[in-house]
Amino acid sequence: MHGKPIANTRSATGIPTAKLAVYWLIGSEIVIFGGVLISYLMHRLGHPEWAYDAAHTQTWIGAINTFILLTSSLFAVQAHHFAEKKEGATAARWLYLTALGGGMFLCLKAYEWYGEISHGYTITAAPFWSFYYTAAGIHASHVIAGMIIMLFVAQTAKKNEELHRVENVGLYWHFVDLVWIFLFPLLYIAK
Amino acid sequence: MSEPASTHHAHGHGAHDDHHHEENFFLKYFWSTDHKVIGMQYLLTGMFMALFGGFFPYVFRMQLAFPGISVPFYGVVSPTEYNALVTNHGTVMIFWVAMPVLIAAFGNYLIPLMIGADDMVFPRLNRLSYQVFAVSVVVIIASFLVPQGGFGGAWTAYPPLSANPDYNLTPWGSTLWLVAVALEFIAFLIGGINFITTAMNSRAPGMRWSDVPMVVWMICIASILFMASVGPLMAGAVMLAFDQNLGTHFFDPKAGGDPILWQHLFWFFGHPEVYVVLLPATGIVAEVITTFSRKKLFGYKTILYTAIGTGVLSFFVWAHHQFIAGIDPRMANVFTVTTVLISIPIAEMMFLFIATLYGGSIRFKTPMLWALSFIALFMIGGVTGIPLGASGSDIYLHDSYYVIAHFHYTFFPIAIIGSFTALTYWFPKMFGRMMNETLGQVHFWITAIAVNGIFIPLFVLGAAGQHRRIYNYNHFAQLSTPDLQALRILATVSLVILLLAQFLFLFNFFYSMFFGEKASKNPWKGCTLEWTTESPPGHGNWPADQLPTVYRGPYEYGVEGRDEDYWPQNVPN
Repeated sequence: MHGKPIANTRSATGIPTAKLAVYWLIGSEIVIFGGVLISYLMHRLGHPEWAYDAAHTQTWIGAINTFILLTSSLFAVQAHHFAEKKEGATAARWLYLTALGGGMFLCLKAYEWYGEISHGYTITAAPFWSFYYTAAGIHASHVIAGMIIMLFVAQTAKKNEELHRVENVGLYWHFVDLVWIFLFPLLYIAK
Repeated sequence: MSEPASTHHAHGHGAHDDHHHEENFFLKYFWSTDHKVIGMQYLLTGMFMALFGGFFPYVFRMQLAFPGISVPFYGVVSPTEYNALVTNHGTVMIFWVAMPVLIAAFGNYLIPLMIGADDMVFPRLNRLSYQVFAVSVVVIIASFLVPQGGFGGAWTAYPPLSANPDYNLTPWGSTLWLVAVALEFIAFLIGGINFITTAMNSRAPGMRWSDVPMVVWMICIASILFMASVGPLMAGAVMLAFDQNLGTHFFDPKAGGDPILWQHLFWFFGHPEVYVVLLPATGIVAEVITTFSRKKLFGYKTILYTAIGTGVLSFFVWAHHQFIAGIDPRMANVFTVTTVLISIPIAEMMFLFIATLYGGSIRFKTPMLWALSFIALFMIGGVTGIPLGASGSDIYLHDSYYVIAHFHYTFFPIAIIGSFTALTYWFPKMFGRMMNETLGQVHFWITAIAVNGIFIPLFVLGAAGQHRRIYNYNHFAQLSTPDLQALRILATVSLVILLLAQFLFLFNFFYSMFFGEKASKNPWKGCTLEWTTESPPGHGNWPADQLPTVYRGPYEYGVEGRDEDYWPQNVPN
């Protein structure tokens, strides 16, 4: 319906507008996760007994999920590489693979949660489990959002349009990945 | 990456509302991506919510002045209703009046015009921001209509009161309140990213960072502060919602949770939030004071650095709200020092405004009166905050009417006077007509006097030890103080006068919108870019081939050797 405003075509800072906005978005997300993680850390340090609950998390599943997310980030880099070369169709294929990584992460997480919940470790079982499900749940909702955006971006990239979006969605995906890099040791490794 | 700007502006147009003729009323006013329309949507919604949130204090102050009476236009107030009214007065006035009007309405309207752009960088994201905000309005109003009524746990929503329906008695209202606040945060995060990105990237050719009008800077700094402080509370809101509805115990001390955690998360946002709304108001005041004293803004860069310094410091003062919550006294010392420190940059800013006035040729038009009263009242608010920021005296004053009086001496100038300053100043640009000056001044004087009539008595009541959040003092033998009742009645009468005076403004606003004297492009003879286009500006703000170029700073008033006493930013020489 509307064309782009002239404002969108200017770049006084030299950074493309969309990329700049993604940086600010990531900045606002950092403080959200920062709030969760610092609240958790303060409690965890004050309650050594939470370690008994933390001992029941499945480190191997967490580790495999870390590997899956890191690999999907590599795919996002590949997508960016081909977007730079204006090969939109190839970039789109790498984006689908990235989203597939997110999907595998979620499936594994669902399997993991199913096991924990069926053993009685529900979100209300203990404060540790409340933080465990809340922090990982907020992260998972970002994984889902990232996958949806990525599928939209792939649709336009396939037609060789708006290729700069490939890099921007990749930046967001790396951020989601990075959050997990913090969550994994805090929720799984620290026993 | 982006199509050339000329492609969709190419077909010739004399007037610059070219390709929008075909749009119907609904698309134009409810589905528009034009930053000016979205600004108006925020403005009118904010004004509507001001009536909503302004009606509450009328009801609860009537109850305080005349306990147990049937309040006209409301009825008898129950204790639960009293709590809901007090809580939602605070919530609505901050989140649905101050922020939408000061930041969203004027940010949307002014940023593209003042930096010489045709729109925001992300117009559809801008529309989404308002739509999310509109949903939050519906949710907060709906929270009053559910069984057991609206949330009554104070605007700070401290758990366990807010977390447990057995305590707050509003299982629906408390969750809806939380959802509404969270939606409002999301709307402002979306809007804020748009504001900052637009101001960073879309400035007119030639506009250096020191040529950006102060109000644009202030709205952007405020948006960054909001973005950096609201995250932990967003996380906290999720945790509180889980406590309310899933049965987790994040904030329940009985089950290993910590209610103080919420206080930290809330005030880590809550105190920077003061500056989130204060800075745009000071920016507005800066614009008006320079224009109406026909003098360059004194210390542009100092004001800017001061604002940034205030913003940084505002992240280190939050625990002064928790001095009696049982925090470590050594921590209380640290927060006392930071809190008293933050009064320095703010005082400096006020002095710089006074220095701008010094030697100027001052014109007492309505916007200028509002701007001057902002300085006067905010100074009272600032100075009375020091006894609250010092942990020793706060132990006595905490939770008394003194806190309420101090708070309102800061927030009334910010939210109400700041908005009136901006509305009366930019009204000619927004609607193409002048407001009635006499009505404007009458409204100003009644409001400015009445507000003191409300809050000076509250200072006295608070210093006398009157607790806040008491539904009926006669219910408690120790709190019942008949000799102070006259002060409560004085405050209530002043409030009624203040509220009635607002109808003068509403009349002036809507009458002038249709029947006011036609405004020229630049009725106040200002230098900034918004005054170089039509009043009101058409779609695209300027014809696409005539977007302004900037040659100098925004406040070149009274430059010697020129015919006129102002030198607009876009005039080459």
